[in-house]
Amino acid sequence: MHNRALRIISGLGGVVALVALMPGITIAQEASEVQAVLDNIWVFIAGCLVFFMQAGFALVEAGLTRAKNVVNIFAKNMADAIIGILAFFASGYALAFSGGNDFFGTDGGWFFMNDLDINALGGSGIINLSHGTFFFFQAVFAATAVTICSGAMAERTKFSSYLIFGVFMCGIIYPVVVHMTWGGGFIAGLSIGDAVYSDFAGSGVVHMTGGIAALVGAKLVGARKGKYAEDGTARAIPGHNIPFAILGVFILWLGWFGFNPGSELAADNLVTGIALNTILAAAAGGCATAAFVWIKTGKPDIAFIGNGVLAGLVAITGPCGTATPVMSVVIGAIGGIIVVLAVQFFDKIKIDDPVGAISVHGVVGMWGVLSIGIFARYDDAFLGREDAGLLYGGGFEQLAVQALMVIIIIAWVGIASLIVFSALKATIGLRVSEEEEVGGLDVPEHGMAGYNNDPSYA
Amino acid sequence: MKLVTAVIKPFKLDDVKDALKEAGSSGITVSEVRGFGRQGGHTETYRGAEYKIDFVPKVQVKIVVEDSAVDAVVEAITKSAATGKIGDGKIWVTDVDRIVRIRTGEEGTDAV
Repeated sequence: MHNRALRIISGLGGVVALVALMPGITIAQEASEVQAVLDNIWVFIAGCLVFFMQAGFALVEAGLTRAKNVVNIFAKNMADAIIGILAFFASGYALAFSGGNDFFGTDGGWFFMNDLDINALGGSGIINLSHGTFFFFQAVFAATAVTICSGAMAERTKFSSYLIFGVFMCGIIYPVVVHMTWGGGFIAGLSIGDAVYSDFAGSGVVHMTGGIAALVGAKLVGARKGKYAEDGTARAIPGHNIPFAILGVFILWLGWFGFNPGSELAADNLVTGIALNTILAAAAGGCATAAFVWIKTGKPDIAFIGNGVLAGLVAITGPCGTATPVMSVVIGAIGGIIVVLAVQFFDKIKIDDPVGAISVHGVVGMWGVLSIGIFARYDDAFLGREDAGLLYGGGFEQLAVQALMVIIIIAWVGIASLIVFSALKATIGLRVSEEEEVGGLDVPEHGMAGYNNDPSYA
Repeated sequence: MKLVTAVIKPFKLDDVKDALKEAGSSGITVSEVRGFGRQGGHTETYRGAEYKIDFVPKVQVKIVVEDSAVDAVVEAITKSAATGKIGDGKIWVTDVDRIVRIRTGEEGTDAV
């Protein structure tokens, strides 16, 4: 009992005890200190959820591809985490958030965080968040952006080339997008009438950015052997483990409760409302895809429904702070329809995306950004006003700003990733040999099989 | 009636299948197999230690044909499975005593 009492006093009750001993500290100061701690701890926990999304991505990608490439898929997802985090630490964080010009930060003290006080509350420039908290949360976002390319380029991309692209993506390309938006740069400075851009948790900043890079990568690396028949029709290459893929979707869905509500960057009463919109949009995306595919093909294709849930999530990522619950359902459901049409479109134009990442993140991410122009009702702290959306009498101005943002991100990410991928293609090559591709990347690239069937080691 | 069995490189299966279809075959049976021949295995490292992959993955193709079609089938496989490098595989032909189509009970040439 004695120990327990001591722990309580030195723990949560410590603040109260402190106030009792030091009459100079007011109750208001005490409350704001508690709030600061809550803000940091909540954003940290949200970051942990976002970090775990790497596991979800790995499982979705591995499940929707073939057994002979499973080691390669997991290796790429591991690389996204270990290289992405370090690249964001080295340059990404500074380029994204430190002071500088309209496109990137230039404050030398932020590179490698070498001149930052990582523990000071509010030190990051976000109310109450320390650099430690803010970096943690933003770094796991950066790792997410690069992972999207992994799926679209799966089963034929050289591991070494992918790693180099990952460094550029987390270290430069993605941070510049962040600086232009959340970092207060070029896009943040645009306005048409009363309308300024909004992208609460990154339908555009994170997902469309990843999706555009994935599109460029998938186009340059070319389709998998056997994906297209001689007459040009797309052939299905079924994934080897549907349970992996669906478990991955659930993990991503859970992770999104960190991604969106965590982007509030504070522990306040809006967090759970954002979570509500997020879970609704995901369910609506899955339902819409299920209905659409069922009617279209006669079967409720679970792999497609998984894409639909993710589409609902990607769509609501931008508008989650401004939409009403009913409109979140609408936004998610439209995302679920768009993803099916997009997958079929990319099949038709011969851009081979084994897991549908370009459709889910690129196309639906774009929808998420644009949907704000239609459905924005509440002020999400970006918009600075209520009823900004077309549906609520805000006119076309918001939609125009959102479209402008889409164009700028596509231009930057498209050109930058085109340069990096083209350079890789011209030098060390983007693609493995035909024999490696058909035999599977696992043994030639990584020296081991995912499922070891060699009788010698059975 | 002959049974033509071929062991080929896995990535050549699609080509072999197409060549056999073109040569008029109405069906083949394939299985994933492992083995070694002159190609031998290769050494990989696993968590820092070396290990040998002795048995290389191959695909085995089996096809039952009339005597008159044997040469065409063997040629189709030889041409479509060849890369010119070691490990392209082998084809062997054996006699088949009896063949029955399970659904109809037909035997011999009718069952091929």
